[in-house]
Amino acid sequence: MMDVKKIREDFPIFNVKPHGKRLVYLDNAATTQKPESVIKAMEEYYEKLNANVYRSPHYLSVLSTEAYEKARDKVKKFVNAKSEESIIFTRNTTESINFIAYTWGMKHIKEGDEIVLTIAEHHSNILPWQMVAEAKGAKLKYVYLDENFRLSMKDFEEKMSDRVKLVAVQHMSNVLGIINPVEEITQIAHKYGAKVLVDGAQSVPHMKVDLKKINCDFFAFSGHKMLGPMGIGVLYIKEDLLDEVPPFLRGGEMIDEVYEEYSTFAPPPLKFEAGTPNVEGAYVLISAIDYLERIGLENIYEHEAKLLEYGLEKINTLEYVKTYGPMDSKDRGGIISFNVEGVHPHDVATILDEEGIAVRSGHHCCQPLMRYLGVPATVRASFYLYNDFDDIDALVEALKKVRKWFK
Amino acid sequence: MSDLNQLYSEIIMEHYENSPHRRELKEATLKERGHNPLCGDDITIYLKINGDVIEDASFTGHGCAISQASTSMMIDLIKGKDKKEALRLVQKFIDMIHKKDVDLEELGDAQVLQGVSDFPARVKCALLAWKTLQDTLK
Ligand SMILES: Cc1ncc(COP(=O)(O)O)c(C=O)c1O
Repeated sequence: MMDVKKIREDFPIFNVKPHGKRLVYLDNAATTQKPESVIKAMEEYYEKLNANVYRSPHYLSVLSTEAYEKARDKVKKFVNAKSEESIIFTRNTTESINFIAYTWGMKHIKEGDEIVLTIAEHHSNILPWQMVAEAKGAKLKYVYLDENFRLSMKDFEEKMSDRVKLVAVQHMSNVLGIINPVEEITQIAHKYGAKVLVDGAQSVPHMKVDLKKINCDFFAFSGHKMLGPMGIGVLYIKEDLLDEVPPFLRGGEMIDEVYEEYSTFAPPPLKFEAGTPNVEGAYVLISAIDYLERIGLENIYEHEAKLLEYGLEKINTLEYVKTYGPMDSKDRGGIISFNVEGVHPHDVATILDEEGIAVRSGHHCCQPLMRYLGVPATVRASFYLYNDFDDIDALVEALKKVRKWFK
Repeated sequence: MSDLNQLYSEIIMEHYENSPHRRELKEATLKERGHNPLCGDDITIYLKINGDVIEDASFTGHGCAISQASTSMMIDLIKGKDKKEALRLVQKFIDMIHKKDVDLEELGDAQVLQGVSDFPARVKCALLAWKTLQDTLK
């Protein structure tokens, strides 16, 4: 069992009292709060080891370079990747996906090829592929959901063919919470010779992710959704593709030799990290991972599963609230999307905010999914390790108030 | 201090739930869509303009209570006015939402939306219709 009361004490943000109320933070799919150890690490970086990496032979530069490489090693172990060369630091998931679209995608996707996506993808895993498809004359194919709001594996298999060069799929949906069977998807895709990119923005913070097991070719996630700072993200490229992927940005740090007319590149991962990287972000990410590992990803996943079950049960007792997602809580993260009958999600969110409850309302960067569900928008409550049953009770009580405003 | 009573007052809810102006206008001479891509509020304003006068106006669309009530109140206000006068009132409303000192009386029902200025996250909702009309008439 996790001691949520104690965990909460590690997060200074809970001293903030929105509109004089206790903060009930249920917007974790957007970004998470930071424990004190992470906030401290930020200061520590600039107080004790700040210098540019790889360039200078002095004491501080050695320290910051070591810290940066330690972060890479930490991330590698955290997601069980095979080698450090596969771990590339970016700004966030969005940049990681664009990275692959602009490099591998623009080089290897040709006219008549197909890219398979799911209808629940975040815009960050749609727009880059629309760009590639338009530039190359390739086609996008969407996999839809079954009647229980889960990815239809039957539809997926039907969409697969030798024309498919890439499958781009989210590990966990930021709207429905569904966890896709990415291991199985990868197996099937590889049979057709297609590469697989997994958007792990919502999975890595909430469950144990094992990249050796998943065996996908590319994987992306963001530090800020896993207790880390904004501005640091990760792109994983499988070892055997490191040479096939050209550099994204070009300039300092990523070179071997530069002549007037041409250059040769450093070996990966440096080949993929042009310019001064976010060393501070990488360093602080170590603290975030330390914190998560101390609590244990399995414990966090289990805790959220309990919150989800309790939340669904409670919210579904309100007959004027409709939830979107599977009826069961198996293979599902701690996310509940819903609507209050006759009330627009923004009005719901504003009234909840008056009670100190932070939720997101809108399309959640998933307009194709909203259209598919037949709703303009939803309210979304998303949980993390510092949430408890009291938070859900507060949400349910506030939803009753919403109903009172809009009789 | 923000106050939900101001945001969801009776008069706002009345415009939201039972607006007399929510309909398509067959004989419209101008039709303009406005939407907030971030929150999904989406309206279409219909205007029947004769010379300089807005003889009739209406709207359709969907969105939050604030965006829909605000649109309805705006239609109330500008119907029968000439374009220049309508634009002047639109500016006045925008100024009110941005907490500038304005004479509220002229704004009719729409003056009750003054409370929205205390909800920064909702200002866009209140302004959607007015900005759309401003773009159309300019
Ligand atoms: C599933 C999913 N993919 C991608 C993103 C984009 O993440 P970021 O904004 O950190 O790039 C998000 C978060 O908003 C997400 O939930």
